[in-house]
Amino acid sequence: MTVKHHLTDDLLMAYSAGDLPEAVNLIVATHISLCDECRAALGSYDAVGGAVLDTCDTVAMSKNSLQSVLDMIHAQDGKVEKKPASTKVQDDVLPAPLVDYIGGGLESVRWRSAGMGVKQAILPTSKEATARLLYIPAGTAIPDHGHHGLELTLVLKGAFQDEGGYFGRGDIEVASEDLNHTPVADISEDCICLAVTDAPLKFKGLVPRIAQPFLGI
Amino acid sequence: MFTTTVLSSDYQASPVAKGMEMRDSSQEDVDGTSGLTTGISQDVVPWVDDLLAVRDARDEAAFIRVFGHFGPRVKAFLMRTGMDAALAEECAQEVLVTVWNKAHLYDATRASPSTWIFTIARNKKIDVLRKQRRPEPEDLPWGPEAEPDQADVIGLQQESEQLGRALRDLPEKQRELIEKAYFGELSHSEIADQTGLPLGTIKSRIRLALERLRHSMK
Repeated sequence: MTVKHHLTDDLLMAYSAGDLPEAVNLIVATHISLCDECRAALGSYDAVGGAVLDTCDTVAMSKNSLQSVLDMIHAQDGKVEKKPASTKVQDDVLPAPLVDYIGGGLESVRWRSAGMGVKQAILPTSKEATARLLYIPAGTAIPDHGHHGLELTLVLKGAFQDEGGYFGRGDIEVASEDLNHTPVADISEDCICLAVTDAPLKFKGLVPRIAQPFLGI
Repeated sequence: MFTTTVLSSDYQASPVAKGMEMRDSSQEDVDGTSGLTTGISQDVVPWVDDLLAVRDARDEAAFIRVFGHFGPRVKAFLMRTGMDAALAEECAQEVLVTVWNKAHLYDATRASPSTWIFTIARNKKIDVLRKQRRPEPEDLPWGPEAEPDQADVIGLQQESEQLGRALRDLPEKQRELIEKAYFGELSHSEIADQTGLPLGTIKSRIRLALERLRHSMK
């Protein structure tokens, strides 16, 4: 699998710094699970964090600090067991971070119809941004829309095409405020995406505006 | 594999020279037993040996050295992110306990000690200040042949050191911006471009380590 559409540097750096809303962290972690290029880039941003930690000032630990830490590790060491290899659900479509949030594999997703054959499932994250799985039947178009903030779309199965290019499994589209786009699912198979928005989408045209309350997007 | 030998630090040759020689001649580690016996890191990047001794030998003296160096830095870092001194002290202690407990996850081909400890401190910050879970990428489990190559370890540690120097040498305004980003004082849309940081080489080195890992899993 070759991922062609990657995360941007500002997102990778903000993920490394720990400054993103939970839903955005989720899509970043999911993309990185599928993309060694971005995993390596994240490693280099973490290294910047390490350098910042190294060069920042120091504040003396309190007097008994070392002793309490040693007490804690002694108290735990008898008990801590190395966890056996993960027995978590393995899913061919959903990488581990999504399995965690869904509480199981693809069959555990509680889809709700959003009209036109499109289904969605909103994942439980903090409210600053929204993460949803989208199920788009082969050949179906998502209405033309722009958005107020950031919109990130990661393909998990199938593919879609829009003004930004062709996106297959692992590819992520980072759409900024000014992009109006009409993603169309590839005709060859149904498409499953993870989409994250930090502000409601604005649809053009009447029908999509009616559909918007249902989609919740 | 190098659990028993990692502490023998009486090796005389210059660790850096040994590392360079290995890289330049692509010399293979013939019997595979020398591992990390050569005290590779103290002159290149400090704390690697200590952290590996904690990981492989549960060496408490090494842990105390790690605590002495990183404790005050983690505490200062957490205070910059908005914690008061008492909370930062408590969290810094917990970070160091995590260092001990999770040492078996430390991989010297993918992170320097400060990088690894930074990620633990950052996760603590998210946990305490944002009260959120932090989704992490899927783990890449070690394959059977995945014991790190010494040259990889040295290379990664050297590049981490270069990155630290580059950060210190940046014009002050730019360095402040990067620090602010990591202290959580900038939103992600405010994060400026990061010109001047030599991320390219460190990224390709980590990439290489990942490829080896994936290869060994097949």
